[in-house]
Amino acid sequence: MQYADEFRDPAKARTLVEEISKLAALLAKARGRPLQVMEVCGGHTHTIFRYGLKAMLPEALEFVHGPGCPVCVLPMGRVDDCVALACNPKIIFTTFGDAMRVPGSKGSLLQAKAEGADVRMVYSPLDALKLARENPTREVVFFALGFETTMPSTALTVLQARREGIRNFSLFCNHITIIPTIKAILDSPELTLDGFLGPGHVSMVIGNRPYDFIAERYHRPIVVAGFEPLDILQSLWMLLKQMKEGRCEVENQYKRIVPEAGNAQALAAVAEVFELREFFEWRGLGSIDHSGVRMRAAFADYDAERKFGVPGLSIADPKSCQCGEVLKGVIKPHQCKVFGTSCTPERPLGALMVSSEGACAAYYRFGRIAIKPVETETVAS
Amino acid sequence: MKMDDPHGKRMPGGVVTLAHGGGGSAMRKLIENVLLPAFNNPLLAALEDQATVPLAELLVHGDRLAFTTDSYVVTPMSFPGGDIGKLAVCGTVNDLAVSGARPLYLSCGLVIEEGLEMAHLAMIVESIAHAARLAGVSVVTGDTKVVERGAADKLFINTAGIGVIPAGIQISASRAQPGDAVIVSGSLGDHGIAILLARNELALDAAVMSDCQPLHGLVAVMLGACQDIHCLRDATRGGVATVLNEFATSSRVGIRLREAALPVNETVRGACEILGLDPLYLANEGKLVAVVPATHADAVLAAMRAHPAGLEAAIVGEITAESAGNVILSTAFGGYRVVDMLVGEQLPRIC
Repeated sequence: MQYADEFRDPAKARTLVEEISKLAALLAKARGRPLQVMEVCGGHTHTIFRYGLKAMLPEALEFVHGPGCPVCVLPMGRVDDCVALACNPKIIFTTFGDAMRVPGSKGSLLQAKAEGADVRMVYSPLDALKLARENPTREVVFFALGFETTMPSTALTVLQARREGIRNFSLFCNHITIIPTIKAILDSPELTLDGFLGPGHVSMVIGNRPYDFIAERYHRPIVVAGFEPLDILQSLWMLLKQMKEGRCEVENQYKRIVPEAGNAQALAAVAEVFELREFFEWRGLGSIDHSGVRMRAAFADYDAERKFGVPGLSIADPKSCQCGEVLKGVIKPHQCKVFGTSCTPERPLGALMVSSEGACAAYYRFGRIAIKPVETETVAS
Repeated sequence: MKMDDPHGKRMPGGVVTLAHGGGGSAMRKLIENVLLPAFNNPLLAALEDQATVPLAELLVHGDRLAFTTDSYVVTPMSFPGGDIGKLAVCGTVNDLAVSGARPLYLSCGLVIEEGLEMAHLAMIVESIAHAARLAGVSVVTGDTKVVERGAADKLFINTAGIGVIPAGIQISASRAQPGDAVIVSGSLGDHGIAILLARNELALDAAVMSDCQPLHGLVAVMLGACQDIHCLRDATRGGVATVLNEFATSSRVGIRLREAALPVNETVRGACEILGLDPLYLANEGKLVAVVPATHADAVLAAMRAHPAGLEAAIVGEITAESAGNVILSTAFGGYRVVDMLVGEQLPRIC
C-alpha cells in the first residue's frame, strides 16, 4: 500500500531499534533508572501496541501513555449531558463511533440508543450537517470533541451551516486544547518524564512553536512524531539523541505533514468560531484552566448548550479508578487497583478502558502477555 | 410494478400485506406463486406441516446428523456479491460444512415487514433457490410471517439445515494440538467492508465484493487431502480473530499468527487504515479457518488452492504449547501483540 508500507519496513526498524537500545542503555545507566517518554497522543499509543513496538524496545525505555485520547478524558458529567440531549425527542444526536461506549453516571450513549434515543454514528461533522439538511423538522446536534486535530473541521462545518442558513444544526462543544494539559502534567510534583513524543495531528494545525516552553522552561526535549511505526522509532531515536547530546529542543520528525507555523486557514476558522473556556474538567485530571473551548456568542444559534440547556453536572470519577495517575505516568495501566478485574473493556469503570486509543484498553487488548501470563479461564471471558 | 430478477424471470407486482401472512387465500397464493416454483422439490410440494425425509437416504452419506440454524438480518438487503437470500443459504450450508458434513436439506422461515414489494421478495426467494441449487441442497420446509410496518426491517430470514457427517471425521474446536498448522481459505474482511461501503455511509469510492459463497466443496477437497482435520470453522461475525480465540480456549493451546502471511485484499486494507478497523475482526461469509496436522498442511493447502473457493488460501500460523488460551500475532513490523476477543462491535476511531 503506497504511502504506508514505506513506513513499515522491518529492516529499517531493526536498525533503529539497535540505535535506540544503545542510547537508552547509556542514558538509563547515567540516570540510574529507566527513561520515561510520554507519547501525548492516543494515536501513538495505538501504533505502539498495534505494531508490537513495546516488545521490540529495551526495558531501559518506558512509554508513558499520555492524555491524548479525547474520548478517554471526557468527564462523566459531560457524557451525562450528551445522554440528556440525546433523550430529547426533538433531537437527532450524532457522534463519532468510539464516543458511544464512554460510561456516564447513568450509562453510555450506546445504552441511551438501545432505550430509544435517536443517536447516530457519523464519520465527520459534515455528515451531521447533511442529516440536518435531510431532516428539517428535527434538531441535529453534533457531539464535537477532540483536540486541535478535529476543531477546524467542526468550525468549518458551523461556518458552512451559517452560509447555507441551516438553523436546525448545532454543536455540543467539548473540544479541548493540548498545551494547557501538557503544562499541567509538567507542573505535577510527581513528574518523572524525560521527554515527549509530540502529537503529530494536533501539530499539523498549531505548528511547533507552541511547544517551545517545554524545552525552554521545563528543560524537556520533544519530537513531534508521525503515526506510522517507523515514525515513532525515528522520533524516539531523535529524542534520545537530544538527551545524549544534552540538548532540549522542539524537533519535527513529521515534516511531511507538520508545517512549522501550523495551518493558518484552519487556525483562522477555529478562532472565528471558538473561544477559550476559563476552565474545563478532564476525567482523571480534574479541572485545568483554559483547557477547553466553547462557541463564541456570535454562534449562539449553533451552540447546543445555549440552545437546549444541559444539566452541566460535575460528577466525581469512581473512587477506585486511578485514571489520573495513569494519565500522568505515575502508574502503569496494569498497576491500577481495578485493571482487568472490575474495570475491563466489557465493563469499563474508567474511560481509559473504553476507546481503542485509551492506554488501559490498549494494554488490556494488545499487551497483556507482556505484563504477565494470563490464565486460560480469564482470557475466555 | 414489475421488475426482472437477475435470473431472467418476470417478477410479480404489488406489495406484501398482512393478509399474506394470515393463513388464508392470499398466503396460499404467495406460497404457490412465489415459493413453490422457486424451491421446486417434491418434499416441499407435498405441503405437509413437515418434510418427511427417508432415513435410508441420509445413511448413505455417513453416520451422524449435523443440524444447525441461523437467522439473517442485513442492511442493505442486496450488496455487491450477494443479498440476504444468498447469505441465508451460504451461512447455514457453511455451518454444516465445517463439521465435515455434506449439507442436504434446509428450512426457510421468512419474517416479512408489511409493504415489502412483492417483486423484491420474489427476487430474494429466487436468490435463495439459486444459491441452494448451487450448493446442492433442497429447501424442504418453511414458514412465512408478515409483521406490521415498523416491526421488522423489510425481511428477516431464518434457515435451519441438516447434513450428514461421514464416518471417521472428527472435527472440533477442542482438537488443536501444538505443532498443527493454521490455514485461512482466503482474503479477510471482504464481506464486512462490502457491507459498510454498500451502506454508503463512508463516502469512500471503492469496489469490494462480498465473499459470500458456500464452502462445502472446499471442505470436501480438504478432507480428501487429510481426513484428520482437527478444527474447522467459518469466520463470520467477529472474523478470523474470534474463531482463533475460540480454538485457543477450547483446545487450551496457544496460537502464533504471522501478520505478513495473512491474506488481505488491498482495498480492504486501505479502508481499514482509513477507518481504524482491523481486518482480523471483520466479518466474512465465505472464508474458513482450519487447523491441520503439520505433516498434512502442504497437501491441504495445495488442495485448497486448486478449488475456486480457496485460491488465496495461506498458512498463517501454528499452534503452540506456550501462552495457552491466547492468540499472539507476530507483526509484519517485527514486534508482537495479543489478538484478543473483540468487545462489542468494532467502532471507527475519532482520529
